[in-house]
Amino acid sequence: MYQTTYHRASSVDEAASLFAKGSESKFLAGGQTLLPVMKQRLAGPSDVIDLGRIKELQGVELSGDTLTIKAATTYYDIMTNADVKQAIPAIAYLTSVLGDPAVRYRGTIGGSIANNDPAADFPAALLALGATVKTNKRSIAADDFFQGLFTTALEDGEIITAVSFPVPAKAGYEKMRHPASRFALTGVFVAQAKSGEVRVAATGASQTGVMRVGAIEAALKANWSPSAIDSVSISANGLLADIHGTAEYRANLIKVMAQRAVAAAR
Amino acid sequence: MGVEGIGARVVRKEDKRFITGKGRYVDDIKLTGMTHAYFIRSPHAHAKVKKIDSSAALKMPGVVAVLTGQQLVDDKVGNLICGWAITSKDGSPMKMGAWPAMAPETVRFVGQAIAVVIAESKNLARDAAEAVVVDYEELPAVADMHAAIKPGAPQLHPEAPGNQVYDWVIGDEGAVNAAFSKAANVVKLDVTNNRLAPNAMEPRAAIADYDTAEEHFTLYTTSQNPHVARLVLSAFYNIAPEHKLRVIAPDVGGGFGSKIFIYPEEMVALWASKKVGRPVKWTGDRTEAFLTDAHGRDHITHAEMAFDANNKIIGLKVKTYANFGAYMSLFSSSVPTYLYATLLSGQYNIPAIHAEVIGVYTNTTPVDAYRGAGRPEASYLIERLMETAARQLNVDPAQLRRTNFITQFPHQTPVIMAYDTGDFNASLDAAMKAIDYAGFPARKAKAKADGKLRGIGVSCYIEACGIAPSKAVGSLGAGVGLWESAEVRVNPVGTIEILTGSHSHGQGHETTFCQLVAERLGVPISQVSIVHGDTDKVQFGMGTYGSRSAAVGLTAILKAMEKMESKAKKIAAHALEASEADIVIENGEFKVTGTDKAIALPMVALAAYTAHNLPDGMEPGLKESAFYDPTNFTFPAGAYICELEVDPGTGKTSFVNFVAADDFGRLINPMIVEGQVHGGLVQGIGQALLEHAIYDANGQPVTASFMDYAMPRADDVPSFNLSHTTTLCPGNPLGIKGCGEAGAIGASAAVINAITDAIGKNNLEMPATPDRVWRTIHAA
Repeated sequence: MYQTTYHRASSVDEAASLFAKGSESKFLAGGQTLLPVMKQRLAGPSDVIDLGRIKELQGVELSGDTLTIKAATTYYDIMTNADVKQAIPAIAYLTSVLGDPAVRYRGTIGGSIANNDPAADFPAALLALGATVKTNKRSIAADDFFQGLFTTALEDGEIITAVSFPVPAKAGYEKMRHPASRFALTGVFVAQAKSGEVRVAATGASQTGVMRVGAIEAALKANWSPSAIDSVSISANGLLADIHGTAEYRANLIKVMAQRAVAAAR
Repeated sequence: MGVEGIGARVVRKEDKRFITGKGRYVDDIKLTGMTHAYFIRSPHAHAKVKKIDSSAALKMPGVVAVLTGQQLVDDKVGNLICGWAITSKDGSPMKMGAWPAMAPETVRFVGQAIAVVIAESKNLARDAAEAVVVDYEELPAVADMHAAIKPGAPQLHPEAPGNQVYDWVIGDEGAVNAAFSKAANVVKLDVTNNRLAPNAMEPRAAIADYDTAEEHFTLYTTSQNPHVARLVLSAFYNIAPEHKLRVIAPDVGGGFGSKIFIYPEEMVALWASKKVGRPVKWTGDRTEAFLTDAHGRDHITHAEMAFDANNKIIGLKVKTYANFGAYMSLFSSSVPTYLYATLLSGQYNIPAIHAEVIGVYTNTTPVDAYRGAGRPEASYLIERLMETAARQLNVDPAQLRRTNFITQFPHQTPVIMAYDTGDFNASLDAAMKAIDYAGFPARKAKAKADGKLRGIGVSCYIEACGIAPSKAVGSLGAGVGLWESAEVRVNPVGTIEILTGSHSHGQGHETTFCQLVAERLGVPISQVSIVHGDTDKVQFGMGTYGSRSAAVGLTAILKAMEKMESKAKKIAAHALEASEADIVIENGEFKVTGTDKAIALPMVALAAYTAHNLPDGMEPGLKESAFYDPTNFTFPAGAYICELEVDPGTGKTSFVNFVAADDFGRLINPMIVEGQVHGGLVQGIGQALLEHAIYDANGQPVTASFMDYAMPRADDVPSFNLSHTTTLCPGNPLGIKGCGEAGAIGASAAVINAITDAIGKNNLEMPATPDRVWRTIHAA
C-alpha cells in the first residue's frame, strides 16, 4: 500500500468537505474493493475518507410502499433486517448469497453501487426494481445511474446517501456464482411492480455492465411464469467471456437464472 | 492400545498453539537489525534483460542495497539444480538449461526474479523496486506444450533443442505390440491433467542471518526438509559450507510438496545477508506464490488399453507430454517418470506396459512434485481408461475392475514396482456397500424425474509411498538416499525427547510420534516431546513428502526406541537383580515378569545418568539413535466412489455422496488419518472441478489470484464417508503404508467418471467447470 491520509468523517457534509481538500481523494465505504486494490498498489489515493461511521448513512426505513436502505448499511444488516425481509425478500436473499460472511459484515450497498463492478449483485436489484439513488446533491433513477463498467452518474465528490426501492408485487433473484471470486458469473433479478410493469436485469453477463433484458421482460409481461421464458432467445453478442464462462454459457445462464428467479419470486 | 497408544484418536498436541495464535512461523520471527527484501520480477514470459538502472532506487529512503543477477555470477553463486538424473531412450542424459537464482541475461517466465532491493522495511523496499528501471528486449514466448515442440517454436534454452528435456521410455514395447496385435478390443483415451497451483496457507518465507564474526549463516525458512535444504545450499551454491549453515524450519503452514524445493528467494536472502552484513527477511505474498511456487501436474496423454475376449487387460501403451515450465526444479524430472509411469499398472494384472514420456520446456512457472506427484496423474489415467473401457465393452465398471484385480501378492508389475500386499476386492466391497451401489439405478431414475442427471463414478487407486528405498532410487537416478533418522533421548528425570528427521507442516507428528512412545513404554504423551526442523538440533534427516513420515520416519524412531529399551532393560535388570530376559515394560515401569518387582522409568533414567551402579562395562546415559532405510516402497490403495447430480440447465455439479475405503495398513491415529484423507479428497475434487493454472498464448498467467484461481471451499465438497480395510505392510515392522496423498491421488477420477456417467458423454476435461459440463452436454 502506498502512503495515504485516513480521515474518519462524522457527517456527510464533513466527508464532502474533506474530499474536496485532498488532491486525489477516495471515499471508503466497506472497503471490499478499494482496500485490496490499494494493497496491491493499483490505487494510491492521497486521502481516504471513511464514510462507514456516519450515523445518517446507516439503517433501513419502510414507509408505505417505499423501502429505503441508507448507503453505509452493511450487507449483513440488510440481510437480517425485518423490514427488508418483509417488504422485498429478494433483496434479503441477494445479500445472503453476496460474497462470504466476512464480505457481508463489511461491504455496503452504497459501496457496491458506487463501484459498479459488472459482476456485482446489487446493481441488478436496483435496475430491476426501478430504484432511486439518493445522493447529497440529488436523486438519480437507477436507469440513469449505471453507465457501464465501473462507471456511474456520480460526479466527483458526490456521496450516495441512500437507495429507495418501490416495494414490488413480486421479485426474485438467482445467480450462478463465479467459482473463484463468488461474484455473479451471471445473476438475474426479476421484478413485477405493483403497477404490473415487469423489469428484468442481468449482472455479470454483459461487457457493458448490468443490463435490462427486454426479451425476457416482454415474455414475462405476457405470462409471469418460468415457462414463458422457454422460447426466449438470448444472443451471446456483447456478453462477457472468460476462463469461467463463455459468452454462449452466459447467454444460457441469463435464461436459466431468470426462470429460476421467477419460480422463486414472492 | 492404551488411551494414547497406537490406534487411539488422540487430540493433536500441536493444535493448542495453532488455534490460539501461538504458532511461530518464519514471518513471526524478527531479528535485531533485520532488513527486508523485495524482488523485482519479470513482467515478460521471455525477454532479454538489457539494462538494470538502480541509481534512483539507491537514493531512496531506507534502501540498503539493490542486488542483481550479475552480482550472483560475479560471486560465483551456483545455479539451481535438479537432483534426479533421467536418461532419454537414446541413452543421452536429460538436457537442462541453467537456472540462475536471479536472471543476469534472459528471463523465461513471468515472475522470474532479476534483482532484489534490500531496505529497512518491506514497504520501502517495494517503493524503491518501483524506481528500478529495467530495459527488456521481449522475445517470442511459448506456453503451450504442443506448440513448444513444433519446429520453429520459440526456443528457451540452447542446451535443449526443440524445448525437449528428455524422451524417456519404460516397459517392453515389443511385448505391448504383440498384445495389441491379438486384442479383442482396444480402448483409446486422450486426457489432460490440468496444471495446479499448490497454495499452501502460509506463503514461502526466509530470514537469513550472517554472523560476520563466526562466518556462520542461519536460515529460517518454510521448508519440508531443512537438512536437504542445507545440503543443497552448501554443496551446490557456493554460499555457505554445511558446518557453517544452520537451517531452521519452524512452524510451517502447509507444503503439499511445494516447500520441498530450493528456490531462488531463499538462496538470494542467504547470499544477500552476507553482502549487506545484516539479517535479510523475505516473505512472499500470494501473487508471488502463484508466480513462483512450483506448480503441479500439467500432462497431456494419449493411452490405449488392449483387452482379450474375456475382458482381461493384456496390454497398455501410454504417451505423455509433461510440461516442466521454464526451468527444471529440484525433483521435477522424477515426477512424470519414476513417480508416474511406474504406477501405470494400477490395481490390475497387466502383463505388458510401455510408456513414453516427453519432458517439455515452456515459458511458464516451473513444475515439480505436488501432493501425489506423478501418482495422481497415473491413477487418473488408468481409472478414466477403466471407466471408458467398461462403457465401450458394456460391462459394469466395478465388475471390469474385479475381473482384472491383482489378487496374488507379492506382484511384480512390468513397470518396476513390486506390490507387497493388498486386498483390492475388500476395499471395493466396502465402498460399494457404503454407497449402496446396487441401489444406484433406482436413485438415478428418481433424480431424472426431478430433472437432474445423476451419475456414479468409481476410482480404484494405488500409489507407491514410504519414499523410498535408497538403493532402488539411487539406481534410478536419484541424487539422494531416502532413508530417515531418529534419536531417542530419555532425560535424567525420565521425560523423553524424540529427534526426527521428518518435518511436520500440518501432519500432526507431534502427536502421532508420541503415540508410538506411549504404546511401547506406557507413559503419557505429555512426557514426550518431538524435536524437528532444526539442523543444529536434529541429526541429518530427509524430511517429509511422499507419505513417508510414518512408514519411514516413525520406523526410524521405533528402531531407536528398541535400542534404548534394550539398554534400559539391562539397567533395570541390574537394579532389580533379575535376568534381562524377564524384564517387561508396562505403564512406565520395568517389571520382572510374574513378580511384583518393578522400577519406574525415571529411576532407570536417573540410574543411567548418575552411573553409580550400572552393569559392568556399560556406558552412562540413555540416548540412542537409528537410521532406517526401507526395503521397498509401500503401496496404499483403496476404492473411492462418488455419486453426484448435474444440473442440465447450468452444468453445475452437486455431490450426493462420496465414499472412500482406504487400506493404509496400520493406523497410528485414525482421527489424524481421516483429516489427511479429507484434505486429500478436497484437493482431488479441487483438481476435478475447480482448479486450473492457466497461461495465455504469450505466457502471461491468467490465474494469479484467488479472484481467478478457484480454490475449493468447504461448501464445494460433500461430507465424506470414510472407512478402512487393512492389510498390514510387510515392509516395515509397524505395518504402515502412509495416508498423506491418497485422497488427492484417487478422488479426481471418481468425480470425472461420475460426471461423464451422469451426462452420458465420455470426453470431459478437468476442471469440469459448469460451463465446460454444460457445453459437453449440449455438444453435438
